[in-house]
Amino acid sequence: MTEVVKEPSMLLQKEMIARNYDAITSKHESGRKVASTFVPGNLNELLLCFGIVNNLPEINAIQNGMRRLSGSYIMEAEKSGHSEDVCTYVKADIGMMGKGNIAPNGKPFPEPDVLLLSYTGCYTFMKWFELLREQYKCPTLMLHVPYEGDGHATHNMRDYIVRQLREVVIPGLEAASGVKFDIDRLREVLRNSAKAEDDLVWVLEQGKRTPSPIDAYFGGVYYIGPIFTAFRGTPEAVTYYEMLRQEIQARIDAGRGPVTPDGTSFDDQKYRLVVEGPPNWTSFREFWKMFYDEGAVVVASSYTKVGGMYDLGFRHDPDHPLESLADYCLGCYTNRNLPTRVDILAKYVEEFQADGLLINSIKSCNSFSAGQLMIMKEVERRTGKPGAFIETDLVDPRYFSAANVKNRLESYFQMIEQKRRGASKAA
Amino acid sequence: MPSTAEIVARCQTLFEDLDFKEARAWKAAAPGRKVVGFMPVYVPLELIHAAGCLPLGLFGGGDRMEVIHGDAYYQSYICRIPRSTIELGVTGRLDFVDGMIFPFVCDVIRNLSGMWKLMFPNVWSKFFDTPQNFDPEIGGRYYVEELRELRDGLAALTEREVTDEAIRASIVLYNENRRLVREVYAFRARFPWKAPNSEVYLLMRGGLMMDVAEHNAMLADYLAAAEAEDRPKRDNVRIAVYGSFCEQPPLNLIKSIEMAGCYVVEDDYSLVNRFITADIPVEGDPLEALSLAYLRSSVETSCKYVPREEDKGRYHIEQVKKARAEGVVYATPSFCDPALLDRPMICRRLGEAGIPHISFKYAENSGQMQPIREQAGTFADSIKLWS
Amino acid sequence: MRCFIGIDLGSTTTKAVVMDENQQVLGRGITNSRSNYDTAAKVSKQEALIDTRLTLFRRSLAAVPEVAGRVDHILSDLERNFRHVQFLEQLDDLERTCGENVRGPRFAGREKAVLEVLAEVFRRLREHSSSLFAAGARRKSDFFRDLAGSDFMHIGETVCRDAGLPFDLVLNVYDKSIIEVENRPPAGDMEGKFIRALEKGAMETSLIAKPVRDALAVPLEETYVVGTGYGRVRLPFPKEHIRSEILCHGLGAHMMYPGTRTVLDIGGQDTKGIQVDPAGIVENFQMNDRCAAGCGRYLGYIADEMNMGLHELGPLAMASTKQVRINSTCTVFAGAELRDRLALGEKREDILAGLHRAIILRAMSILSRAGGVKDQFTFTGGVAKNEAAVRELRKLIKENYGDVQINIDPDSIYTGALGGATFAVRAVVN
Repeated sequence: MTEVVKEPSMLLQKEMIARNYDAITSKHESGRKVASTFVPGNLNELLLCFGIVNNLPEINAIQNGMRRLSGSYIMEAEKSGHSEDVCTYVKADIGMMGKGNIAPNGKPFPEPDVLLLSYTGCYTFMKWFELLREQYKCPTLMLHVPYEGDGHATHNMRDYIVRQLREVVIPGLEAASGVKFDIDRLREVLRNSAKAEDDLVWVLEQGKRTPSPIDAYFGGVYYIGPIFTAFRGTPEAVTYYEMLRQEIQARIDAGRGPVTPDGTSFDDQKYRLVVEGPPNWTSFREFWKMFYDEGAVVVASSYTKVGGMYDLGFRHDPDHPLESLADYCLGCYTNRNLPTRVDILAKYVEEFQADGLLINSIKSCNSFSAGQLMIMKEVERRTGKPGAFIETDLVDPRYFSAANVKNRLESYFQMIEQKRRGASKAA
Repeated sequence: MPSTAEIVARCQTLFEDLDFKEARAWKAAAPGRKVVGFMPVYVPLELIHAAGCLPLGLFGGGDRMEVIHGDAYYQSYICRIPRSTIELGVTGRLDFVDGMIFPFVCDVIRNLSGMWKLMFPNVWSKFFDTPQNFDPEIGGRYYVEELRELRDGLAALTEREVTDEAIRASIVLYNENRRLVREVYAFRARFPWKAPNSEVYLLMRGGLMMDVAEHNAMLADYLAAAEAEDRPKRDNVRIAVYGSFCEQPPLNLIKSIEMAGCYVVEDDYSLVNRFITADIPVEGDPLEALSLAYLRSSVETSCKYVPREEDKGRYHIEQVKKARAEGVVYATPSFCDPALLDRPMICRRLGEAGIPHISFKYAENSGQMQPIREQAGTFADSIKLWS
Repeated sequence: MRCFIGIDLGSTTTKAVVMDENQQVLGRGITNSRSNYDTAAKVSKQEALIDTRLTLFRRSLAAVPEVAGRVDHILSDLERNFRHVQFLEQLDDLERTCGENVRGPRFAGREKAVLEVLAEVFRRLREHSSSLFAAGARRKSDFFRDLAGSDFMHIGETVCRDAGLPFDLVLNVYDKSIIEVENRPPAGDMEGKFIRALEKGAMETSLIAKPVRDALAVPLEETYVVGTGYGRVRLPFPKEHIRSEILCHGLGAHMMYPGTRTVLDIGGQDTKGIQVDPAGIVENFQMNDRCAAGCGRYLGYIADEMNMGLHELGPLAMASTKQVRINSTCTVFAGAELRDRLALGEKREDILAGLHRAIILRAMSILSRAGGVKDQFTFTGGVAKNEAAVRELRKLIKENYGDVQINIDPDSIYTGALGGATFAVRAVVN
């Protein structure tokens, strides 16, 4: 495999991730505490207040997927009684434990000191940490984030979350870390978060340009990396987003598109897509290539909103620290109801002048997937642009059929092309 | 007094009627009546009843319905109940249903609530998120407000106030219903040959499609009739069935387990009428009472968080002991995240408690019973052999 | 003359259509896809060109007043003889290949005996081939593999028995060789074979020789080839010569029935619902998801499970009086459910009727996903030949979408290739 060509911001991110893994695996030497938690509803700012290192099992599963380890981990978990039907992030995680629990830096993962079960937008999170708790027997802090079933958050929901933060999460993290909670420290961290969030939103907005200087899906997963994981609220994240913004500004000035893994600048953009659903990680590059080879650029995506919908205006707010954490959790993409998701996607198709909505339906993830065919129909109806549907999985290599996916993508692109020609002929 | 056969026949008619003629007739019998459908696992039916509505249990389309449009909305890796529920809706079979409640079970049913809003904008539909924090000061306060919101939604639907008095009256009826349901379950645990699995199942399912007072009378009748009837006792083993709380197994499967030599003496089929395990106090604020009952006296099931690790599976083991079951069949719908993710944990606890168990998957329209009969039969034989 | 060719590489069969620049279909060809798309493409193309020659003969003979009213007969005679020549040529190849494959330890000391048996078998095969291609003879298949195979089995067995040699030994040679022969690109010199066929025939050579030779003299220039179908990416075609099967099916259906708005294609591996505009341009499409349940292949499994031929399923299902409900379109579970039903004493025809309905229900869901059915509705693909499936489809379309004109062309298997050929014309002529 040839080395992926990386931009400076990507290299910085790589370094940040490596440092975090080192912080996790060296906890016994450093005496720092480690928490596990999830990307949606990630309370990194709180963890920072207690000096707790943030370990995100979803990110570990992604790392293992990209490094082609997840397949054997999943099989290991299935051998131990897990169903072939359920989420492969969970199975990749459980299987990894069964195979030595080795972190990407080659050192064993230490046991977590606390499981911060931020139960936001995904049912499986609850079972996942019940399973980990069974293994580690460590304190587990449940933060129940109610689902926005009626399309909006209520005061009751917000109060409930704030109360849980006050009565369950903060005391639990104090006990785990031995550090007293300092709300002013939290305010300070939240200020950093908001700064980085501003820059991220600017980056994602650039997909509205033609040609798009970003790829909001394949490139997007790099753009959201620091903010969605262990770095939101840190000065490094602020630096990262400043750097990213400069890179993208330079591409805009040069009239260039995003950089592909081959190192080429993707300028010849024939199709503009909005993508719904997480990517496949085991064949990430191959998958990406199927798009840029055909001239398709992703101008907006929902996956880049799973860890917060900053583009809709939300910012972490130092003046209302706990309330803004509650609002943050409530507003994550998968915690929004289906009609809202349709609104958001239809708006993206229109505002980003896309040719249509492509859904990458993920077998593992019912939170995303259940109802996506209706989402597609609705977005088609509202925008008048045809949608397309492909199926893959997060980290199960058995569920990525390259020929099948390529066939559908090509059919879709050719249909768009043919319709355009038909339209121009008629005109 | 009706015989068990007569009672079961009436329930079976209700169960099989995918046009819901009885519920339609109930609605037509008086002007202004409303029907509110609800899905598994738990909804406080007291509130629907207190609002003067008929709570109608919707547990999918079973194996009696062809699904065309429902399949158009779901990938192959999603369970069957949302497909057949959509099919019921799209084909007009639920056109008399004025409101729909989608309680928290999993992400599929959760998302279905939003699909319902898009597909049937004229139906009042509500996603009902019960708390996963069981502290009265935290989860309780939240839940009371959610109950209030649900009550107000129902009041808006019926255009009349739902008084505390009315809720208390409904609680009384549902307390009685739960008491009778528990009695039927206890009777079956004592005399499983007198209350076959499929009969008790139909009795419970039928009850979720009729007025609670009527069901109470029916349960009492059934108990009296079943006690009086003499039926042959077979050399079956006694088992509990878990994992079937949402999408229901087809009736044939329920029968097959018994035919394979297993008396089912405990189960979690259509759990809603056993979800609350104790009487709900009639005194004080009824919403507080409903909330406390949920927090303190409700079953352990896969869609509820278990706050303490050591308590995981405890409920199942206690129930197995109480019903004197000799083993557990963990039977879950294919692609059921809650049950399948829970399965390794629950089965491990059962193993630690020395309770034999097997597991298999089904769909509400499973057609092949032979493998089920074989597995259940082998399980029964092995229990006999080792006990 | 300029020929525009569309090739549809399906998972089971590969089809080709040849068109002239006026978008008139000149010829069609089909072959099994094997595991070698390259050869399959060449074979199907050659078959379509053979068919094209026949069309040209027909045109040419139309100018001969003496044969008026007998052209069909003459052409079928010519084709039959051509096929025979072709068959014998392939048989020679097979014999040569078999001979080369008689080696290795399992033949040690028996090479000579095996070669003798093979020589005898092929002698009889050649002899028998005359009856196979005799006037009025019915052949089970047009694929060499099927024709040679079934004869080889019974002739081989007899010859082996007489020679006191285990049939296994010879069968092993055959199995190995047929794959090689089948995967070899087709031999050329189609014109020469037609001449030989002409000479061989009992036809009034004097009358037809000239028009046939004239038609043969017309060079068939492959002006533009468009590839489509599942195997298209494996072809050494430049990208601009490749179209997705969705576009080709949409356009192909439009060419057959210009009033088409909705197309359903049930192929071996997938089912497609396509909406096209009045010009045949695809507006929307949906395919089955990752799960291939309810595709043509499902019927194949069922046929295997019931130990029947694929083409026998439909007629048997038509004899059903009481349809059994089959719930699983999952190919894995269908077998189990089938055995369960049989064990319960259900009749085979009733179960089959249920299975056909199950497939069509699945297709109905895909149509629903693709935006429903609009007038006119065109049904294509291998399953469109199955009368039991068609009956269920008609019923369900009526129930769900009312009175809609349903088009089913007996040559609907060529829909994708037809669309491809049309694209080929458009690429050059427009």
